[in-house]
Amino acid sequence: MEIAASALLLGLQYALLALGVYITFRVLNIPDLTVDGSFTLGAAVSAVLSVAGHPFLGLLAAILCGAAAGSVTGFLQTKAGIHPILAGILTMSGLYTVNITIMDAPNVSLIGKPRFYEAVYALLPNADKDVLKTVCVAVICAGITAALILFFKTVFGLCIRATGNNEDMVRASSINTNAAKITALSIANALVALSGGLIAQTGGFADVNAGSGMIVVGLASVIIGEVIFGRRSLTLGLLSAVVGSVLYRLIIALALETNIFSANALKLLSAVIVGITLCVPAVRKAIAEQKIRKGARKNA
Amino acid sequence: MLNVKNLSKTFLKGTPNEHTALQNLSLHLEKGDFVTVIGSNGAGKSTLFNAIAGSFLCEAGSIVLDGADITYKKEHQRAKQIGRIFQDPMKGTAPDLTVEENLALAYAKSMRNPFTSARRRKDVDFYRAQLARLDMGLEERMRTKMGQLSGGQRQAVTLLMSTIVTPKLLLLDEHTAALDPVTAQKVLEITKDIVSENQITTMMITHNIGQALHTGNRTIMLANGRIVLDLQGTERENITLPELLEMYKEKAGKVLDNDRMLLSDAE
Ligand SMILES: Nc1ncnc2c1ncn2[C@@H]1O[C@H](COP(=O)(O)OP(=O)(O)OP(=O)(O)O)[C@@H](O)[C@H]1O
Ligand SMILES: [Mg+2]
Repeated sequence: MEIAASALLLGLQYALLALGVYITFRVLNIPDLTVDGSFTLGAAVSAVLSVAGHPFLGLLAAILCGAAAGSVTGFLQTKAGIHPILAGILTMSGLYTVNITIMDAPNVSLIGKPRFYEAVYALLPNADKDVLKTVCVAVICAGITAALILFFKTVFGLCIRATGNNEDMVRASSINTNAAKITALSIANALVALSGGLIAQTGGFADVNAGSGMIVVGLASVIIGEVIFGRRSLTLGLLSAVVGSVLYRLIIALALETNIFSANALKLLSAVIVGITLCVPAVRKAIAEQKIRKGARKNA
Repeated sequence: MLNVKNLSKTFLKGTPNEHTALQNLSLHLEKGDFVTVIGSNGAGKSTLFNAIAGSFLCEAGSIVLDGADITYKKEHQRAKQIGRIFQDPMKGTAPDLTVEENLALAYAKSMRNPFTSARRRKDVDFYRAQLARLDMGLEERMRTKMGQLSGGQRQAVTLLMSTIVTPKLLLLDEHTAALDPVTAQKVLEITKDIVSENQITTMMITHNIGQALHTGNRTIMLANGRIVLDLQGTERENITLPELLEMYKEKAGKVLDNDRMLLSDAE
């Protein structure tokens, strides 16, 4: 039960990361490697401002900084014509310096400093604190997911979806594909940074390496969600990314509980999960073709 | 409506592969003109369309559409006024979006606020009515993904998309060439209907000479990036295929060859 509760708390925060990855990877069809840098950026900004006594401002700043990082990658991809993967790597790599400068140290501790959820503690002094914390995070997560669902139902959202689907067509149809891409990358990285910002405050510290491997965590969540819900609509896709994130945390927690895996093995484990699930379509196709060949041989 | 003046385009300038695709080409279209465009492979037909639509900038010349100089405008800005369909049915639509969403995307040209819902009730009814005109049963399949439709169905929807907000100019680049003859004929009929109903100024590239002479009110022929033949009125009505081929030979200095050209008089 305790494992489930903490997986839920973590999963809902990382869900914003998963949503960001979903937007770039599934909607725009571009794997965006900025994520590792923008997650840490959010954590750094949020931690530093919390230390200064402004936890809410910290989250807001994380969102804005993440959006800025995303638009840098967007600019590099579109106007500068740099390959999307390289563009992401460039921003991510540059962000390392930015992050360490913001924190002024490799890590920042928040022990004894104010956090965003403490305002709610004051309102409901008798309630269980862990529950309240989870409720706070859940409300943020639900609000953002709902906003995204609505956004992608607007004309502009549709333009972003079309850009990821058939760029040639979109360019010939009066939509500015560059604007669509830059906007989507900004939104995605704003979400990722907010995820980092929340994690820093609930976890009580920010580390300059906090974001390393986050792209894989995001992908794993998206893919786990898709395994369960399928890939039917964008609305379902967004919801399944959230659920996928919580499940991913649960799987990790259970794996650690069994003591088969050490905490160091987690990154490899995640990478393997993502690798295996991403090759499922290819394997399915190969099996289907094998069947056809066998059938042909039988009939011959 | 459209005024193209002394347009020149050279690809790969300064390399051994330098190729002049448009040479000082001028063309004037009146409002409501429906011009068919013919010419051998590599004559520069698609290049002319790309230049007008803004896929690239030309090193010389000017393009004026309805009084506005669009020579240096960006492609997506021109697209507000220029509808375009390509030969490849895959190119004109987003396969993972539904029929309805594709139409909404095209209709977005007319909307000022990008944050309006893409699925407003009255718009959906409007799309349904438009689709019903195609007589392909697509009004019942508005929630189907575009990628699941046949090539002909897709091309018909693409046609709707490029005319749903009436464009000032419609460019059709062999838009029926990838379809089977029956479907091609059907899509052509729909094209004629929509064009005449909305009085859209249109240019249509075709490799079917009979079709070229019997569709629209004017036919131009391109060779080596120039207009070598411009037929309209009675001259166009009375011309026979052998005469046309002879005229081409005279003007272009070579025999008309197009591996996809249908040298038949029939439509
Ligand atoms: N992007 C490009 N780069 C280099 N050369 C090009 C480019 N686009 C077209 N060309 C060249 O310009 C010439 C005209 O091409 P275009 O596509 O306009 O021919 P077309 O008249 O449409 O022929 P077709 O009937 O085969 O479609 C060709 O020789 C072609 O090789
Ligand atoms: Mg062509």
